[in-house]
Amino acid sequence: MLPLAEEQRSLEQIYRDEWGRIVATLIRLLGSFDLAEEAAQQAFSLALERWPKQGIPANPRAWLISTARHKAIDALRRKQRWEDGGDPDEAMRNLAQMPTPALEEETLPFEDDRLRLIFTCCHPALNTEAQVALTLRTLCGLTTEQIAQAFLVPSATMGQRLVRAKQKIRDAGIPYRTPQLADLPERLAAVLLVVYLVFNEGYNSAAEGRALSEEAIRLGRILVELMPQEPEVRGLLALMLLNDARRPARQSDSGDRILLEDQDRSLWNQDRILDGLNLAESALRIGPGPYSVQAAIAAVHSQASNAEKTDWPQIVALYDVLLRMQPSPVVELNRASAVAMAQGYEAGLRLLDELDQRGELPNYHLLPAARADMLRRLGRWKAAAQAYRDALALATPEADRRFLEKRLAEVEAKAD
Amino acid sequence: MQYLLLIYAAEAQWSTMTEEQGAKMMAEYGAFTQSIIASENYKGGNRLHPVAKATTVRVREGKTVMTDGPFAETKEQLGGYYLIEAADLDEATAIAARIPGARLGSIEVRPIISMG
Repeated sequence: MLPLAEEQRSLEQIYRDEWGRIVATLIRLLGSFDLAEEAAQQAFSLALERWPKQGIPANPRAWLISTARHKAIDALRRKQRWEDGGDPDEAMRNLAQMPTPALEEETLPFEDDRLRLIFTCCHPALNTEAQVALTLRTLCGLTTEQIAQAFLVPSATMGQRLVRAKQKIRDAGIPYRTPQLADLPERLAAVLLVVYLVFNEGYNSAAEGRALSEEAIRLGRILVELMPQEPEVRGLLALMLLNDARRPARQSDSGDRILLEDQDRSLWNQDRILDGLNLAESALRIGPGPYSVQAAIAAVHSQASNAEKTDWPQIVALYDVLLRMQPSPVVELNRASAVAMAQGYEAGLRLLDELDQRGELPNYHLLPAARADMLRRLGRWKAAAQAYRDALALATPEADRRFLEKRLAEVEAKAD
Repeated sequence: MQYLLLIYAAEAQWSTMTEEQGAKMMAEYGAFTQSIIASENYKGGNRLHPVAKATTVRVREGKTVMTDGPFAETKEQLGGYYLIEAADLDEATAIAARIPGARLGSIEVRPIISMG
């Protein structure tokens, strides 16, 4: 028998790994999100109670599914007909026929269920906020409180969001299945966007955000496992791994943001970089898309042992490819920064000024911030100071504000 | 499941159409309606007179108040509807996307509350 603390950690790990799979399968069998979550919750509660005393079973998944099935049958017997609109008799039949997973590894039906689940959570009939919340709750097993905290929203609000999303699935008849082949590209794009949103939310917040980035990466891995032939699924995971690899070097002890060029690259997570590089490569081989090209850009950075060794012309070329695939002012902005490094700040500034004049990014603080940086490097202190002020005037994350304020003070001192 | 497909469009569009374009549109609607009858999705449907012909009725404190026109001024107006039977939302939205008016306006897909 394991000591209590170790068992609870193992249970935590098991919860992480199994929650999504179990809920996904139960939803298919029971035709109800609520009933599935309840049954899964009860199974895990029982595990928490029993396993420390009896030891972790040889096949935890089978134990959990079997227990959840019994709990669900109990619940069905108690309800003659339930508000969810599901059919208790049909659910009972499904449960009776449900195969108990044997001791060997994954069987296909379980994997299909997680795909069904993620495509349903990311159905276009649900708004993006609902998609994100539902995915984190049902696939990752995050609690309502955890999701609320991550997105800086009151718990009750997040709770309502989840309730409304599930009600819509039920009342509007959103089906529980993977999309038809014809619809797959668009539907997959929505799924990848949700995963990327979750990752970015984690990436842009400090230590607390780490959990969200990890969830996104975990979702990315599940998707690669379930859809190995899709290059953009690989590309997204590669992008997330390569970006996340820099996390240990991104923040100073005082919580300030450290720029890419100033980061201590020895702190970068080499395992994740290697993983990301391999995934990016295979993605590009199968078929390049926006995520895999962005991953390629991140890869070029990862392969430079120090900032001076960065192959900027290569990065500019990759941005050219990205722009053709996905024309967007934000991509143009990022390209301009790369051009500045490859061809000189004047060249970069020209592109930024042009972008600014087009007025397509009126509230995006990174545009004046980028202009400010180039002006600063060109020694144009007054103009730089104004640009830093413009950036600060727009809504910015706290970490960015501190950084910009510091720079503003620097250039103001030089301007005198 | 039953759904009501509400066809919204800016009424002005109809008046800017030539006779030929109008006739083409009607023919497309005819073909569409036939196709969903054949696929056994069709339960009903109608084209509505423009909102200028509408009358809005409200009863407040026992008094019936009648006003000329739609319940509210909107950029797009309800021009017609289909009542359909569909297995799920995906089937309903696929049908909605085939309504000729979907190219010009908006089709609202509303699930019907089943009583009993």
